[in-house]
This record gives sequence, structure tokens and C-alpha cells, in this order.
Amino acid sequence: MSSISVEHIVKSYGDIVAVDDVSFSNESGKILALVGPDGAGKTSLLRLMCGLLDFERGEVSFGSINLRYDFEEIKKLLGYMPQNFSLYPDLTVEENLKFYAGLFEISKKEFSRKKEFLYEFSNLGPFRKRRASNLSGGMKQKLALSCALIHDPKILILDEPTTGVDPLSRRQFWDILKKLRDEGASILVSTPYMDEVVMSDRAVFIHHGKKLTEGTPEELTAMYSGFVYTLQVKPTVDTMEALNSIEGIVARRFGASIHIYSDNLSKTEDISETLADRNIEFSSLAQIEPELEDVFIQMMGN
Amino acid sequence: MNAAVVVNNLTKKFGDFTAVDSISLKVETGEIFGFLGANGAGKTTAIRMLCGLLLPTSGDGIVAGHDIIKENEKIKSSIGYMSQKFSLYPDLTGKENLVFYGSLYGLFGDRLKVRIESVSELLSLGEFIDRPAGSLPVGWRQRLALGAAILHEPKILFLDEPTGGVDPVFRRRFWETLYKLADKGTTLFVTTHYMDEAEFCRRISIMHRGRIIELGTPGDIIKKYNQPNLQETFISLILASDNNG
Repeated sequence: MSSISVEHIVKSYGDIVAVDDVSFSNESGKILALVGPDGAGKTSLLRLMCGLLDFERGEVSFGSINLRYDFEEIKKLLGYMPQNFSLYPDLTVEENLKFYAGLFEISKKEFSRKKEFLYEFSNLGPFRKRRASNLSGGMKQKLALSCALIHDPKILILDEPTTGVDPLSRRQFWDILKKLRDEGASILVSTPYMDEVVMSDRAVFIHHGKKLTEGTPEELTAMYSGFVYTLQVKPTVDTMEALNSIEGIVARRFGASIHIYSDNLSKTEDISETLADRNIEFSSLAQIEPELEDVFIQMMGN
Repeated sequence: MNAAVVVNNLTKKFGDFTAVDSISLKVETGEIFGFLGANGAGKTTAIRMLCGLLLPTSGDGIVAGHDIIKENEKIKSSIGYMSQKFSLYPDLTGKENLVFYGSLYGLFGDRLKVRIESVSELLSLGEFIDRPAGSLPVGWRQRLALGAAILHEPKILFLDEPTGGVDPVFRRRFWETLYKLADKGTTLFVTTHYMDEAEFCRRISIMHRGRIIELGTPGDIIKKYNQPNLQETFISLILASDNNG
């Protein structure tokens, strides 16, 4: 039995179908990433899974418990961190935790034990008396996660938890998620960052409310159809126009170099011949592995 | 070629706290410069001084040909600024927002009309320009905010985390637009937390606790620390810097 199971979910707002027949599942001890462009329906999906939105069709269940029938049980199982988590800016770190502990009717004794555990986890201990408004972006997100963890949920649903957070804090946040996963939590996280998808066990791509595909990061990366090259050339407007006027080639700048995407030119020689025909000079050319971001963009149909 | 930004030993203190600690850097005209750092490193404070919005405690600098201390008012009309918050009026349409921002910069009549058309074309705003800004998906709001920041054809564009929460498709298009602006001679000063994006910049600086701890091309910096990519380089640099006090 899957710890998270979503089957044939349909959710509309008037005429707009935000979630269109989406199904997926996740096991305990796994991180599942939900990936899609803005407006794909990710937030609607996560909100309805937490019982915050009605939906027309489909089933959501956590273990053996169906969302429609036993919402109270599910509340105990579930930790939800929305995109804009409501921390109280005037309250300290500890007061925020205490507030959430109160909401979940956690006893005083249990809270003193739990908070020390969360401080150790999040490294927020030294800041327990700091007001939430004076925390850095990364610390705020760790506090929000700690609040969502206050009642020991077995299932975590996180909606873009690391937006605006620097790379080091993001790494630390993910180290926490991995620890929770290794302790058996089932984690569903939506993210626009491909490097976070790579750290997940599996990912579901959604677009216009529909599921496009799912798989492990390796399986998804292997879905790229075509070939990618890196070209060292002075990336002037003229060069870019010349490259992009070649049929079957898309050229994109990548810092000081250019990446070339081609559906059918499978060998470096094919590219160098094509460039020679157009008198485009370059200092080096090499085939490179497509990245997950290339797959995502290809699937979104540019 | 004249430098677009030159600052020497720029420092800003708030009481006992030194937010920006004697930074020096030079950005060439038409360069895309990545201004990186952890949350709370002092990036936003530094940018506010460069934009003439905040006076430094000590140090000096020239931005777009103007002295950041004596001529800070002049800087404002020569630069564009787009923040992570995309300050748009949600109840106004895209076009109304552009008219509003254009008039703040002294654009009106035919000139304003031409600029709005040109910006809409550059950013492919299309039909989205007639919708209320608040109803637009974040990627479109981001484009509109960029449009508002470049209406008056600034020489230097400051972008403070312009792509936070924006998906890869929009981010890629956004960067294509930035390259187009740079090709036309606009200098771009960008902060970002996405290290793959930082690699799109010609040069970058990495700021930590108010100081610039590294400056150079992304390739050279990665090589110097013998790391696989910029993300790992950034993380190891910050951790090493913390361990050294």
C-alpha cells in the first residue's frame, strides 16, 4: 500500500481545468518531486491533497485512509508547508514553534522534548529567541519546516519550499529532507529547481494540469530525444542569428559559450560540417550530455 | 570602453553592524555581472548604494558616470531596477503598469507609446499586456516587471533575484532577453541564487558577511577551487570562510 496515493484527480475553476486526471503515488522513505511550469496546477494539487480545496473527481488516500472519509485522521499524519508559510513575524523562533504545537494539542512535556530535537535538526537552536522577522530567508524556511514537523507527521507535503533561498541554505534544507526520508517519511515536494529534482527519488512532470511523465531522475534524463553540443565561439548577435537560421538547430547562449540542440545531427562532425558550410568559425566543439532541464524544456514544447 | 560601475572600499554600517565591508569592483559597459552571495551577505545593501538609494558610510564610486555620493539623484534616471518582489500594481493591466512606470521616468505622449510597443515586442508580452498584472502567472509578471524597468532605456540594469520561483522555461527565455539587452550595450548587474544562471554571467563576485571573497569568470573560479561546478564551489567557499571565522 502506498503512503501517498492520488488517483484520477480532476479539479476545475469554472471553465478552467487546473488538474486534469492526474494519478501518482509515493512510498514511505521516498522523496517524490512534483515539477511543472508556473500555472501547471501544482499548488492546486497539493492544496486539495491536504483537504484545503474541494475537487470534482478522483481519490486521495494516505496509507489506508481516504481523504474524503477520514480527514481528522489525516490531519495527524500530514505536515504541510505552503508556498507562503505563515510565520508570526513578531514572535520569536520558539514562540512560533509553541504556537504550532498548541494548534496540534501537543503537551508541554512533549513540546520541550520535540523542540530540542527540531533545533538540533535545523541548527536554529542559537536563534531560538530571535524574532521570525529578523531571520534570513534560509532560516525562515527551516523554521517553517520545523513548524510543519511539530506533530511528527509521517507524510510531508511541501510547496516550493526553497524559493529565494541561497545555495548553501538550500543544500542544508535538503539535507534535512533526506534525513526525514531516511527515517521513513514519505515526502512530496513541488519545485522549479532541476537540481532538487535530481536529489529526489522520483519525479512527476505536469503541464497544463496533466501528467506528462514520471520516473527516476536518471529515467527522465534518458527521455531526451536529440543531441546537445557546446560550442566555443564569440556569441555575437550575428553568430546567434546565423546559428538559429540553420534548419534543425537551436542555439542558446550559455555564459561565454553556446549550446547547440539538434534533433538529428548525432555526431560532432555533422555539426562542424554544417558550421563550415555557413562560414561560422569556432575554437572548439564537443558533444555534451543533456541535462534534466533540457528534458523539461523539450517536454514543455518550448 | 568606460566602466559602467566602479566602486572603491565601499562600506555601510548600521550601528555596530557592518553590512557591506569595504568592497571594490569594476563592471565594464555591456557586461553581464553576477553579484552572488548567501542570504544576508549584504548584496541588497550594496545594490541600494550603487543605485543611489543609500549613502555609504565610507568609500566612493561612480555608477553610469555619476558619483554615488554627490550625484546620487542623477544615478536614478540612468539606471533601471527590478527587484525580487516585482513591484507591479495588481489591479492595473500590464499596459497601465507600463504607462505608470514610464511617466515616473518622465516618458509621455508618442515617446511613451513607442517605448511601450518596443518593450512589448522585445518581451513578447502579446495579449498578456491587457490583463490585470495580479492575475498573471509569475513568469509573465516577471517579464512585465522587466519591461517596466527598461522603458526609459537605462544604461545599467540592476536585477535583484529576478527569477525567484520562476520555472526553467521562463528563466531560459528571460536570459535570452538579458543577452539581447547586453548586446545593445546595456550593462547588467544581476543577483541570483541559481548557480546555473550565474554561469550565464561573464564575471561574478561572491559576497559573504559583507565582503567580496571571490571575483572572476565562473570558469576560472571553478578551476581555482578544483570543484565540479559553481554550486559546489559556492558552498565550499562559504563553508571554508565560516570555518576561518
